[in-house]
Amino acid sequence: MIRRAFLGLAATTVLALGLSGPAAAQDSYIVVQSTTSTQNSGLFDHILPMFRDETGIEVRVVAVGTGQAIKNAANGDGDVLFVHAKPAEEKFVAEGHGVSRADVMYNDFVIVGPPADPAGVAGMSDVVASLTKIAEAEAPFASRGDDSGTNKAELRLWKEAGIDAAASSGSWYRETGSGMGATLNAGTAMGAYIMTDRATWIAFGNKGEYEIAVEGDPKMFNQYGIILVNPEKHPNVKADLGQQFIDWVLSDAGQAAIAGYEVDGQQLFFPNAGE
Amino acid sequence: MDGFGAILADAIGLILSGDPDLAEIIGLSLRVTLSAVALACAIGLPLGAVVGAFRFPGRTVLTVVLNALMGLPPVVVGLMVYLMLSASGPLGVLGLLYTPTAMIIAQTILVTPIVAALTKQVVEDMHAEYAEQFVSLGVGPAGRVMALLWDARYSLLTVALAGFGRAVAEVGAVIIVGGNINHVTRVMTTTIALETSKGNLQLALALGVVLLSIALTVNAAVMALRASAVRAAYA
Amino acid sequence: MHDVALELIDDSGQTRPADSRAGTILEARGLSFDAGGQRLIDDVTLPIRQGRRTVLLGPNGAGKSLLLRLLHGLIAPSEGAVLWRGRPLDRTARRAQAMVFQRPVLLRRSVLANIRFALGARGMRGAERRARAAEALETARLTDLARRPARVLSGGEQQRLALVRALACEPEILLLDEPTSSLDPASTHAIEDLINAANARGVSVLLITHDLGQARRMGDDLVFLHGGRVAETGDLRQCLRTPQSEPLRAWLDGRLHFDQATS
Repeated sequence: MIRRAFLGLAATTVLALGLSGPAAAQDSYIVVQSTTSTQNSGLFDHILPMFRDETGIEVRVVAVGTGQAIKNAANGDGDVLFVHAKPAEEKFVAEGHGVSRADVMYNDFVIVGPPADPAGVAGMSDVVASLTKIAEAEAPFASRGDDSGTNKAELRLWKEAGIDAAASSGSWYRETGSGMGATLNAGTAMGAYIMTDRATWIAFGNKGEYEIAVEGDPKMFNQYGIILVNPEKHPNVKADLGQQFIDWVLSDAGQAAIAGYEVDGQQLFFPNAGE
Repeated sequence: MDGFGAILADAIGLILSGDPDLAEIIGLSLRVTLSAVALACAIGLPLGAVVGAFRFPGRTVLTVVLNALMGLPPVVVGLMVYLMLSASGPLGVLGLLYTPTAMIIAQTILVTPIVAALTKQVVEDMHAEYAEQFVSLGVGPAGRVMALLWDARYSLLTVALAGFGRAVAEVGAVIIVGGNINHVTRVMTTTIALETSKGNLQLALALGVVLLSIALTVNAAVMALRASAVRAAYA
Repeated sequence: MHDVALELIDDSGQTRPADSRAGTILEARGLSFDAGGQRLIDDVTLPIRQGRRTVLLGPNGAGKSLLLRLLHGLIAPSEGAVLWRGRPLDRTARRAQAMVFQRPVLLRRSVLANIRFALGARGMRGAERRARAAEALETARLTDLARRPARVLSGGEQQRLALVRALACEPEILLLDEPTSSLDPASTHAIEDLINAANARGVSVLLITHDLGQARRMGDDLVFLHGGRVAETGDLRQCLRTPQSEPLRAWLDGRLHFDQATS
C-alpha cells in the first residue's frame, strides 16, 4: 500500500510535468511592457477586454517600473512599450529601439501626506514650494528611488526646487527602492510624504488616514506615451499586432475607453492622443 | 485593517467561493512548482546520490558549490534566466520569456541545489551502512545509485518537500521571468505581491493563508506517507 | 606456516564429504594492513582449503574481521596479496565469494526484494530469479514473511535472510563474521544448520566466532589469530586438544581475553 501511494505520488508529479508545455496554443497575443500605475489602477482590466473583443488579440501586460519596462523593451522582450517618462521614451526611440512615440493620455501626480501634516503643506498647489517646505522641516519623505517614471518626475521637481534630496537619503529622505504600491505601504507606515500618480492613489486600498496634500500644479502633469518596439532591431516583435493595439488605443474607441474608466466616480486618466 | 480572524474568514471565503480566477492561479502555482520540483528531482537526486556515494576528484568542491547554491537569491536566478531567455539573450529565439515554462526553468535552478545537497547528505549516511554489502554483492555504480535512491525514497520525499517549500513560496524569480501576466503567468506569490502593491493588504494576507494551507496539505500528505514508512522500518 | 598447511592436506577428510579435494581455494600471502600508524594485520600467510569449514578464532582486537575483509577484497592490503585459486583476487573472483556481516545489512525493502536485489546484482532476471528467490526463502523458512519489510524481522530471521541471500548467489565460499553473536540458541542452531547444509553441497566456509562450542561444532580447520598474526593453525580438534602456541593455550585457559600482543 505504501509502495502504491509512493508510486502514485511520483505519477502525479510526472503528470504535472507533462502538462506544463508551452503556455498557450494561440499565437494571437502581444506583450506590452508597462508600468504599475496603469496595472494597479485597474485601467488595463477595463480596456483590454474591449480590445480583445474587437480584434481577438490578447494583450499580456508586464507591469514593472518605467525604467525596467524600457530596459526590457530595449532587449526586445515585448512588442509595445506603454509608459510615462517622456524624455526616456524619446531616447528609447532615438536609439532605434522604438519605431515612434505617441501621446496617449495623462493623469497627474499628487503628494499625499499624514493628517498631522508636519511640514504644513496641506492644500498647497505649488509643488516646488511645498517640496522646499518639506525639506526645511526635514519631514519624512518616501521616494521610490527605483528609476521609475514617477521617480524621474519627482527627481526633476527636487532639482527645480534646488534641493539635493539625495544628500539627505537615509535621514528624512527615504528611498524605498520599490514600486509605487510598496512605497505607499512603507511611506504611510512611517508617516512620510509620498509623491504618487493620482490613479494609483485613488485605487490604493491601504490609505489609512492619509489624504492628498498637494495637487493641481501643471508641473505634476504625468504624460503617458506608447511606442512600438522596433521590429528591425528585434525581429521577434509582432509588429502587425502591436501596431493594431497602438492604433486602437489612439483611436476614438480606445480614447473613449480610457476616459470611461472611473474609480469611486473619479476619472483616472485623461486621453489626449493627437493633441 | 481588521484582525487576523477577519483575514482567516476572508481566506476561507476565498476558497469556498470557487472563484475561477483564484482556481486558475492556484492551478498554475501548483503546475509550475510541481514541474520544477519534479525536474529538480530528476537532476538533483542522481547528482546528490553520486556525490554522496562516490569519492572522486572535485567532490569536495562540488559539495561546497551545491551547499552555497542552496542560498541563491531568487531574484538573482530570475535575472540570470531573464538574460538567457530575453529576446536579446542566447536562448531568445525559443520565445520562452513570460511563459510558465520560463518560471519552471527558474524554479528548477533554484530547487535543484537544495535537492542535490540534501540528497547527498541522506545518501552519504545510508551508503556508509551499505557500502561493504554492495561491494560484497558486486553491485555496479549505476546499481548502487539506484538502490540508494530507492532505499532512501521516504527520506527523499522530505527532500522534495524542502524543494517544494522553496519553490511554492518564491516570488522574486517568477515575477521577473514570468512577468505576472494575468491569466498567463500569474501565480499565488505574484498575486500576493500585486495585491500588496495595490494596498489590498487583507486580500494579500488571505491569499497568503490560502497558499499556506496548500503547503500544509502537501506537507501533511507526504508526512503521513513517511510515517507509515517509518512504521515499516523503511525510512 | 606453509609447512603446517601442507600437513593439513595430508590428514584431511575424516568427516568431510567425499568430493573434498582439500585444495587451497583462498590464500593470504604475506598480507599486512596498516591503519593509523599501527600494523593491524602483520604478514599473514594462510591457505583456506576448499570444501572445509575453517574457523577463525582469536581474542578481541586480534584482527579477525579485518582479515576477513581483506580476504573478501573489501579493503586493500598495505602489503602482500590475496589469491583466489592461485590468482590475484579481483571483481570476478569476489563474485565467487559471499560474505555475511556480524550485523546483517538488509535493504529497506521486503524480504523477497532483498534476495531479488542480490540476484539482480549477479545479472539474474525474470523467471530464473523468481524461482531462485522462492527457493532461498523456502530454505530459510521465510516464505511466509516474503512480503514483510526485512528490517522488522527478528534478529534471527534477519540473519537467516542475510545468510540465504548470500547463498542464493551460489558462492564457492561463505565468509561469516560472527553471524550468531547476538542470537538466541534456537536461531543460532538454525543458522548453523544452513551453513552446514551449504557446506555439504560443497561450499567452503570461513567462520569467525567467539563461541568455543560453536567452533567445536562447526570447525574442521582452525586459524588462531593473535595480534594480527597467525599464532596457530591446523586441524581444529587437534589444535584445541593440544595447543602448540602460547596465545592459544592462554586463550583456552581464559587468561587471554584481550589482545595484549602489541603492548
